[in-house]
Amino acid sequence: MTGPAVETAPPQAPASTEPPVHKASRRKRLIPYWLLLPGILWLLVFFVLPMVYQASTSVQTGSLEEGFQVTWHFQTYWDAFTEYYPQFLRSLLYAGTATVLCLLLGYPLAYLIAFKAGRWRNLLLVLVIAPFFTSFLIRTLAWKTILADGGPVVAVLNDIGFLDVTSWLGMTEGDRVLATPLAVVCGLTYNFLPFMILPLYSSLERIDTRLHEAAGDLYARPSTVFRKVTFPLSMPGVVSGTLLTFIPASGDYVNAELLGSTDTRMIGNVIQSQYLRILDYPTAAALSFILMAIVLIMVTIYIRRAGTEDLV
Amino acid sequence: MRWLRRNLVVIAGLGTLAYMILPNVVVTVFSFNNPTGRFNYAWQEFSLDAWKDPCGVADMCGSLSLSLQIALWATIGATALGTAIAFALVRYRFRARGAVNSLIFLPMAMPEIVMAASLLALFLNMGIQLGFWTILIAHVMFCLSFVVAAVKARVLSMDPRLEEAARDLYAGPVQTFVRVTLPIAAPGIAAGALLSFALSFDDFIITNFNSGNTVTFPMFVWGSAQRGTPVQINVIGTAMFVIAVLVVLAGQMVGNRRKKAQPK
Repeated sequence: MTGPAVETAPPQAPASTEPPVHKASRRKRLIPYWLLLPGILWLLVFFVLPMVYQASTSVQTGSLEEGFQVTWHFQTYWDAFTEYYPQFLRSLLYAGTATVLCLLLGYPLAYLIAFKAGRWRNLLLVLVIAPFFTSFLIRTLAWKTILADGGPVVAVLNDIGFLDVTSWLGMTEGDRVLATPLAVVCGLTYNFLPFMILPLYSSLERIDTRLHEAAGDLYARPSTVFRKVTFPLSMPGVVSGTLLTFIPASGDYVNAELLGSTDTRMIGNVIQSQYLRILDYPTAAALSFILMAIVLIMVTIYIRRAGTEDLV
Repeated sequence: MRWLRRNLVVIAGLGTLAYMILPNVVVTVFSFNNPTGRFNYAWQEFSLDAWKDPCGVADMCGSLSLSLQIALWATIGATALGTAIAFALVRYRFRARGAVNSLIFLPMAMPEIVMAASLLALFLNMGIQLGFWTILIAHVMFCLSFVVAAVKARVLSMDPRLEEAARDLYAGPVQTFVRVTLPIAAPGIAAGALLSFALSFDDFIITNFNSGNTVTFPMFVWGSAQRGTPVQINVIGTAMFVIAVLVVLAGQMVGNRRKKAQPK
């Protein structure tokens, strides 16, 4: 008890003038740990420990009736990957497409709110945030109505030849949209747009508009101002927006289930049915670890490339 | 043509907004539908029946109140734990700070289904009965990081000289915290709490894995997509949208008034 306290006391401080200091500072040094303790404990028990359990589940063999045993059966990983790599590829493809679409659709809106909205800014922001508070499942089901076969939206898309293009790309079949990859990507894009717009907006909002004026004074055309000034300065928002879109989209199974068909199953659908219907826990655990590894590796490479560190 | 080019951003932005709002419009319109058959996907005729009797569907309002309770408790738990972590991270230098930061960041950087599945692995292995408590535990866990992020952002932008001034004026540590620190951090804490509530109330994936036979409102909607969707679901969806817009607008108005009231 006394040992460390003596060590931390300033060597030449006279005991008479500063007696309580080392005691108080010692107690003070413990404050952050007390503040952290409950929350970190919660994360360790309900976030880290479950990962350990899942890791052990993934190397078990057995059946539900006879029970599962840890047999260090790493083969499960290879079997699961070779059996389900189409679903992995499809997930990355759909999530990637949705992320790009979110960026293309979200950037103009974030730009509009940040620089051009004036007194409408608050209302527009509310309309972007409000979906967070209303059930996304109900809204996803609404897409079934919007994209219904023979409905007005599909008719218009057919008339302008849009469906010919997407058919050629393999994203739709005939004059249907529901139960095709296009419907799933449309749902994913829709569901994750707010996660793209909000980070974009907050990094655009921080840009000093005098930089735009300065660029204009130096005879930069508006497109040049955007390319050389606005976009580079919004990179932190682009990076965190694309991550916040891509990561959850890659594991999603709601859109593929509600708007897709058996041909659009993503890896999330497989993990969900392995865990909750087929009850093949080792395969399910291995699949979700493979997904986690793929996502973490891609994210790490992406962050290195994009070169931003302050994400949160 | 020139007008079009000048306003390209505005048009594209409003187009995106229309894309975002369209499902809400459809949900609202179809809450006045009188569908034939089990599904409410095609327009039949105008009717106020669902609005007159929103709880007329078996189990729906029960699941709604369960979701509200879980969201409330999860918000309280996550906000308390997360605020403490945020203060520790911003205000103190200590060992393992980097490790704590990454531990907070990880749940946000992981597909939800991975966390959902691993929690299920824990509960299965330990033989814990799935239900209210496992849902609540899971919700506090994933809301925590978002609270930390929201509060951290606010506390980081706070001027530490305000607290020094309070101490110079002989305010004790408790008094300084309650009278100075907490009011300044309040908007960040409120934002974190609001986000937790929304995330918990609307969570489907983690709840789907860890609820057992307990049915929250998103679980009810999910089930109804297979069994048949009652119009009342659209009524609840519409009401939630209106309430959300009003709450967020009110919050922003309070924030604006505060900003204006502050001396320059």
